[in-house]
Amino acid sequence: MNQSRSWRARGLAAVGISAALLLAACGGGGPGGEQGPTTQAGASGFNAGSTTVVNPSDKKGGTLKFANEGDWDTLDPGETYYAYSWNFSRLYGRSLMMFKSAPGKEGNQLVPDLAEGPGQASSDAKTWTYKLRQGVKFDDGTEVTSADVKYAVLRSTDKQTFPNGPAYWEGQLDLPSGYKGPYKTPNMNTDSAIETPDKYTIVFHTKKPFAAFDYLAQQPNTMPVPQDKDTGAKYRNTIVSTGPYKFENLQPGKSFNLVRNDQWDPATDPNRKALPDRIEVTLNVNPDDIDNRLISGDLDVAVTALGVQPAAQSRVLQDPTLKENADNPLAARNWYTSINPTVAPLNNIECRKAIMYAMDHTGYQTAYGGQFAGGDLATTILPPNIPGHTAFDLYPAGPDNKGDVEAAKKSLEACGQPNGFETNIAYRAERPKEKATAEAFQQALSRVGIKLALKPYPQGDYFSSYAGNPPYVVKNKLGLALNGWAADWPDGFGFLSQIVDSRVIRPAGGSSNTSVRIPEVDQMLDTALTELDTDRRNQMWGEIDKRVMEEAVIYPGVYSKTLLVRSKNATNIFVTDAYGEYDYLGLGAQK
Amino acid sequence: MFAYIVRRLLWAVLLLIVLSMVTFSIFYLIPRLAGASPETLAARYVGRAATPETVHLTAERLGLLDPVPVQYWNWIKGVFTGAEYDYGAGVETCPAPCFGYSFITRQAVWPELLDRAPVTISLVVGASLIWLIAGVTVGVISALRRGTVFDRGAMGVALAGVSLPIFFTGLVALAFFSYRLGITAPGGQFVPFSENPALWAYSLLLPWITLSFLFAAQYARLTRAGMLETMSEDYIRTARAKGLAERKVILKHALRGALTPVVTIFGLDVGLLLGGAVLTEKTFSLNGLGKYGYDAIVQGDLPKILGVTLVAGFFVIIANLIVDLLYGVIDPRVRLE
Repeated sequence: MNQSRSWRARGLAAVGISAALLLAACGGGGPGGEQGPTTQAGASGFNAGSTTVVNPSDKKGGTLKFANEGDWDTLDPGETYYAYSWNFSRLYGRSLMMFKSAPGKEGNQLVPDLAEGPGQASSDAKTWTYKLRQGVKFDDGTEVTSADVKYAVLRSTDKQTFPNGPAYWEGQLDLPSGYKGPYKTPNMNTDSAIETPDKYTIVFHTKKPFAAFDYLAQQPNTMPVPQDKDTGAKYRNTIVSTGPYKFENLQPGKSFNLVRNDQWDPATDPNRKALPDRIEVTLNVNPDDIDNRLISGDLDVAVTALGVQPAAQSRVLQDPTLKENADNPLAARNWYTSINPTVAPLNNIECRKAIMYAMDHTGYQTAYGGQFAGGDLATTILPPNIPGHTAFDLYPAGPDNKGDVEAAKKSLEACGQPNGFETNIAYRAERPKEKATAEAFQQALSRVGIKLALKPYPQGDYFSSYAGNPPYVVKNKLGLALNGWAADWPDGFGFLSQIVDSRVIRPAGGSSNTSVRIPEVDQMLDTALTELDTDRRNQMWGEIDKRVMEEAVIYPGVYSKTLLVRSKNATNIFVTDAYGEYDYLGLGAQK
Repeated sequence: MFAYIVRRLLWAVLLLIVLSMVTFSIFYLIPRLAGASPETLAARYVGRAATPETVHLTAERLGLLDPVPVQYWNWIKGVFTGAEYDYGAGVETCPAPCFGYSFITRQAVWPELLDRAPVTISLVVGASLIWLIAGVTVGVISALRRGTVFDRGAMGVALAGVSLPIFFTGLVALAFFSYRLGITAPGGQFVPFSENPALWAYSLLLPWITLSFLFAAQYARLTRAGMLETMSEDYIRTARAKGLAERKVILKHALRGALTPVVTIFGLDVGLLLGGAVLTEKTFSLNGLGKYGYDAIVQGDLPKILGVTLVAGFFVIIANLIVDLLYGVIDPRVRLE
């Protein structure tokens, strides 16, 4: 026996096994409010938390336990970009404006936080002035000034250091050419973008009119950051708090706690009750374990608010006691399918309309988990909880919502494809709901002769390399691509700009907009941003929605809903429409 | 003997280099060969609303614009000589062995690996002791009482243990023992041994038992088969004929012969698990190497993946070496040269 050869073979085999085991493990994450805000408190029952305060209390003290099934994207207010994180960030930071801590639609209202009042706009909507409250302090006792807010906003525009954050600020502010943020270009004068005439005044200048500026001002990017304590990309682990809580024992990727910030003065803050003494957050927790712990009372909040896993879903919906303690809010999210006009024969609008009519709408809903876990049938791009949503249905799917086959056939004839055609449908391989939706499309469209081939792609590269990569889409004839979008903030611009503006499409791939290329819509978006009247502006978002739908380049699937389990320990539980999640600022603890 | 160990260690280094090349290629060379540009790769590590300029800056920051061999060389260089990392407000030096910085969390990988290793080691040490003792004991008794109710019952349970996946047994065990009865710790608990040995054991008791249930079954079946075979060997008959006590015949002669395959597989199992007990750690939300690797794969965080792969490979190679050395002790017929 040749020992050395055997050892070598065994060693190689063993290494191969270990690598295979690691790689085999590969495989695998939205916000949700019902309409009709009420302020009546003390209701209970299924979905009561979507519109009212459940278990109201002003009792201070106790501990709340939060868990996240993954890692936090980042706690740095200059870079975080998840609805749950923006909701949560109000506990430790104060931005110029904020969403009111209130149930249902009332939560959509912007109220001044660090600022004394809403922004004062110039007549051209390009200059916005905010006055800061006096006496607000960082957790080290230093007073917050306008320079700290300016610095916070400027640092967040450094996209080499903060690549994951929202791109609105550098896109909108009139920054000097060549400006790369305060780290790389510390001596460049930035008064063209932000001025701080005194300690408590900050003035923003935008390149183009931006009538919805208060929505920008509510982003965590305006939470002040002290320059002498800023550590760039590492600041996420050493955040200086301005809210009622500060960080304790932050262990990246594992856990952190929020404890009371003794420098927070309630006299400067009309928006926060700050009820619990302590909030403990655990990261990277198995989602099924999160559900079990929520149901048993060992945990209070599943912070990402994606809803319970399928295993717990049926348990909660079938057990009356559990169901009574669950909420089913509407998220500011639409699960939809892009219909790409760059792929023949979908360059012909009639062929696109054929798809709109032929699809079985209930199949879409079933694929996403039905009425409770999936959501309501969508006929528009804007979900109902976004101001500006207008109800219309340009492509009625028949009385049973299973598709209008006759209308589809007529459209096919008008398209010159009376017997149907062949194309492909892309979806994210790791998402069973998307696969089920693709299959529902395949089945429904086959009724009119449209043959669909399923094309699964890895979700990590879905937009960058495949469904969001324009040359790839054309070359591989991806006529349809499953998609979904949640609002950056509850406003037409916050929802629409990234998915219907053709100027966000990147030639190298990576954009969620894969199918909407309508110059008129781009123009309509720009016009809406010059409108300072909120009601009129909201109406314009609805018009844009309709214009896009007329082109049949988006098939709206469901307005997403989530099934959330209420904590046994928490008080003041309610869903805010601003995030479609429990309002983390309002929660209290019994013990 | 010494020369043999040195030779094996040199092979180990070579294997680790090949392993790192293969992992690197899977993530960077193959997509590039398939036509992906550096920007396409960088688009995974930016926000959903990032502009093309941000994507380009990220590609530059992550070194994706360099040719792939240069990227690999830079990584290898970091392992031996350390690396520097620009975090915006300054430059941080990562001393050797620098396995790079995570693309996502912006933390240095090596300290994180060191931080997570105790969790995995604690899990594996406890579980492996339980499964080895329980598995071998049950296997021996089953072999000696072949065909009895105990034998059939034990082998039935063993079969269930091998068949049931840990993400099922783990979740059921957690739901029942931790959340209903409240006698074991809930998921995600880990107290370092140095802090409180009793709480350490308490927090890991359920993961230990669940993991060992899976493995003990294999060991019981393996030991039983080995014992049945060796008990019919001539030298056992000779030992009995010499008048040795049955206990001595079984423990000193039969079990020793039956243990060789058990030790082989034990070494491999422990080595593999030390590299990351992926499913157990994920089921019980334990922040060990396996979960670290799993999360990194899901996020496409290459520096982390490379780090875990190399650590896993290292453990497997070392475990193999130890097993090979142990052969010489257990089986007198094997001599290492």
